[in-house]
Amino acid sequence: MSRHSLASRHFSQNLAFTVFRLIMLTVLAALGGILLYVFIHGISAISWEFLTAEPTNSMTTGGIFPAIMGTLYLTVGAILVALPLGVAAAIYLSEYATDGRTLRIVRLGIQNLAGVPSVVFGLFGLALFVGYFHLGISIAAGSLTLGLLILPTIIGASEEALRQVPSTFREASLGLGATRWQTIRKVVLPAALPGILTGSILGIGRAAGETAPIMFTAATFYTIGLPRSPLDTVMALPYHIYVLATAGTHIEQTRPLQYGTVLVLISMVLGLSLVAIIIRTRMRKTKQW
Amino acid sequence: MLQIPEAQVIVGDNAPPVAVAPLTKRKVTSTVQEARIRRVFVVSGFFSVIIMGLIVLFLFKEGLGLFSTVSVKDFLFGEFWYPTYDPADFGILPLIAGSMAVTVISSAIAVPLGVGAALYLGEVAGHRTREILKPAVELLASLPSVVLGFVGMVVIAPLMQQWWDIPTGLNILNASMMLAIMAIPTIASISEDALHAVPKDLVEASLALGATRLETLTRVIIPGAISGMGTGVILGMSRAMGETMVVLMVAGGAAQIPTSIFESVRPLPATIAAEMGETPFGSEHYHALFAIGIVLFLLTMGFNLVAAYISRRFHQKGAATL
Repeated sequence: MSRHSLASRHFSQNLAFTVFRLIMLTVLAALGGILLYVFIHGISAISWEFLTAEPTNSMTTGGIFPAIMGTLYLTVGAILVALPLGVAAAIYLSEYATDGRTLRIVRLGIQNLAGVPSVVFGLFGLALFVGYFHLGISIAAGSLTLGLLILPTIIGASEEALRQVPSTFREASLGLGATRWQTIRKVVLPAALPGILTGSILGIGRAAGETAPIMFTAATFYTIGLPRSPLDTVMALPYHIYVLATAGTHIEQTRPLQYGTVLVLISMVLGLSLVAIIIRTRMRKTKQW
Repeated sequence: MLQIPEAQVIVGDNAPPVAVAPLTKRKVTSTVQEARIRRVFVVSGFFSVIIMGLIVLFLFKEGLGLFSTVSVKDFLFGEFWYPTYDPADFGILPLIAGSMAVTVISSAIAVPLGVGAALYLGEVAGHRTREILKPAVELLASLPSVVLGFVGMVVIAPLMQQWWDIPTGLNILNASMMLAIMAIPTIASISEDALHAVPKDLVEASLALGATRLETLTRVIIPGAISGMGTGVILGMSRAMGETMVVLMVAGGAAQIPTSIFESVRPLPATIAAEMGETPFGSEHYHALFAIGIVLFLLTMGFNLVAAYISRRFHQKGAATL
């Protein structure tokens, strides 16, 4: 170090930090560029009719209402599956588990579940829910598959939220004579609720954007009207984009519809993420402990 | 002031006689109930493990059927993937090569960008800038993969074809760029956490000795954070390898062993996604796609286990291990 003058050491520092800054700008430019490009090309397709009408003329005109509703059904179903299971698992991890072999196995299971590729979840859903449970290609099968896919997200966020509740809360409650379950139900869970909510919203966003898991378990190219039961197939926004962009004879002709659908999907998913991030930031600022 | 303890004594005197008798009885039932509730949560904790078990079970149940007609060697090292020909060829070497190609190239793009972004967020950016930019990186992570596939296909591919005068813009480079966008947030956020976890007294000691911030970064912070950063990189690669929609829409779909980054490939996830829809339930081709699922599952699980091992083995335990 002594070989270099202070000035040259500061010069190399400035150089390195500038490189880091440029890298960050590149990453932001990628995000901004994609959002801007999709917005500019998609906004002209968006109209009240586009959002509320059904596709017409073999998908070349009309709206995407059934796809929006389909994505809504699938994500609501997914969160109904994942939220109770995920919060229960998080309660185990944060309130009941003690260090040791059991906990290591459970953590390894969750970590690996989080790393399973989405298309493998699709295969699994096809084999288990569509085939073995005879649900067929349906909203039910797709929701269950998506629910399992987002389970690790929900567990992770809920556990973090539970752990952030100060142990003095628990001690005060236990000290007053409440049982452990009463403490969890009346003290810990309410305090952790905003964090759990944030995690759920992120999970919903993830489920809404996934394509591969629903390709063989729930989604279909076109339905007449809206699905009438959980055992019906559905249209879904991500699958709609994929099909319009890759299949069929009108790929160029439906380009505006494709951009419009992408814009709707991005607005839904990023909107949800943004809401979650804002709730989290607010929570950190106003938290009283 | 003195009245307060008095008031508490009165409450204490009044309370016990009412509560004592029912309390003992309730305590017994509640202990039984508590044990039962505890069991429910332990089982919920194990649910993820059970699901992992079921995934393995069903992948193998549906996938192993292939190997009654095709040998494992011909499957893994066969150079031809012609699943619909008669007789069909189920060699997945070109598919594995395709997956490897996009994973390696996308890492080559995503690792410097992800690590650089983490270094900026962790060491250069001020507090307020970081508060705004970290959520932006998270937003990048929540971009649906089908959107990136769409952008790669509709925007990037025609540009590439024009600029470099190549036969197709749907190739390894394009797919890798889109995959890199998915991997960058994973790498950046895990690396940033690792940088953040390096003990502050080490950093302050280095600065107090007269090292510049860059020297502190390269000689104290990065060595302390290297295991976390390694974990982030490997998880990012695992994500790129398992990602489906981008490679399905952008990699071009040609089942060939590539010789340049401007060639099309057909990675493992793309093959499953593209062909499962047109395959009769229970056919040889159906079993072959599940067998590909097994290979993909094992590859990504390998990556995840290595990441878990690195983060455990080289975990920073206070200042002593540095």
